Amino acid sequence: MEYTAPETVKAAVALLAKAKGSAYVLAGGSDLLVRMKGGFIEPDLVVDIKRIKAMREVKKTATGFSIGAAVPCAALGENKALVKAWPGVVEAANLIGSKQIQGRCTITGNLCNAGPAADSVPALVAAGAKAVIQGPKGKRVVPVEQVPVGPGKTSLKKGELVESIQLPARKPRSGDAYLRFIPRSEMDIAVVSAGVNLSLDAKGVVTDARVSLGAVAPTVLLVPAAAKALIGSKLDDAALEKLGAAASAACRPIDDKRGTIEFRTKVAAVLAKRAAKIAYARAGGK
Amino acid sequence: MALLVSTTINGDHVEFACEPDETLLDALRNRVGLTGVKEGCGTGDCGACSVQIDGRLVCSCLVLGAEAEGREIETVEGMADGATLHPLQQKFLEHAALQCGVCTPGFLIAAKALLEKNPDPSEEEIRFGLAGNLCRCTGYDKIVRAVQDAAKEMRGA
Repeated sequence: MEYTAPETVKAAVALLAKAKGSAYVLAGGSDLLVRMKGGFIEPDLVVDIKRIKAMREVKKTATGFSIGAAVPCAALGENKALVKAWPGVVEAANLIGSKQIQGRCTITGNLCNAGPAADSVPALVAAGAKAVIQGPKGKRVVPVEQVPVGPGKTSLKKGELVESIQLPARKPRSGDAYLRFIPRSEMDIAVVSAGVNLSLDAKGVVTDARVSLGAVAPTVLLVPAAAKALIGSKLDDAALEKLGAAASAACRPIDDKRGTIEFRTKVAAVLAKRAAKIAYARAGGK
Repeated sequence: MALLVSTTINGDHVEFACEPDETLLDALRNRVGLTGVKEGCGTGDCGACSVQIDGRLVCSCLVLGAEAEGREIETVEGMADGATLHPLQQKFLEHAALQCGVCTPGFLIAAKALLEKNPDPSEEEIRFGLAGNLCRCTGYDKIVRAVQDAAKEMRGA
């Protein structure tokens, strides 16, 4: 195996593009090293992106926030402006693993590992986040939900890597939330999860919303029907019931030791409703 | 081909050679001789290999040795000041917060990292802060009490 730590995005792309054997990007390593040591992969080349300065920064931009691909999740929780604007995204990122894992893991890695139960991904999908992808043919920007295409599989082509995650600017009266079900109080993988992001008008009526679900399909789901149930409402019981029904209807989960199909489908509705209430309160709704 | 890594460990400049796919845990133990850092699970679940890199708490089993280049690493060996134990070490002894001791270096580093960020944590914050460290002997209660007592002393309260 060759280890290399380029200092520019351009150099990283060139290394990945010309690699002969299997090449992997190393950010936090909390997935990659586990897979290497478990013998699941044998990389010929590992490209460590943590020496690329631009990838280590969280920046407030004219259009929102830019989170570099090598920023550890712990740093997101230390960024007061980000926590204020996107509390749901930050709480999701800070649910991943332990403090030790949060000191290394990144939301870009969580996205590119393409796990259906990834904690930060539903929150990013609900937030309308975009992935900035750099590759041999230049830059492209895609909604984050288009990056994972199945368990462990992404839409990234050879030589491509995610440079940053872009979160949009916050409208007034907006809020987001992420909830997951696990059978313990911490350090576990989501059995079901839900992200909700919404905005209100001055009267507290939901004007737009995005709802996402995790661990109930091969990829994290964006559920437009669930969002539609909230729009035009003040989160009354009827709207919440519709939200729950739409969330359950979108589920296509597996049956495994962590949760049955029936359980996941039911709990998806419960979590979507609870997350919606938290997001609504954060947006200033009463 | 082995890589030459130049780094700072517990304030001392250190150079070591390691393989590109060698973990920092293995490099610290086998190349540098710092055997305070322990291998428990090797997959980032148990925290026995906890160290700080540039102040941030991490599992050294999930870090490549090569990544240590130019960084500042702190291990349990750097906690005591000569013959004077760090307050956390002293309180772990006083509260009998260990039995077999394999998890202890990781707990000490994790607790140190916690108190650097939060000098006055609640019991719940301590339990969450140390959730990445597994102990199969103590049942955790004595560890939590030791951290609370050390925090109190370190605050000068």
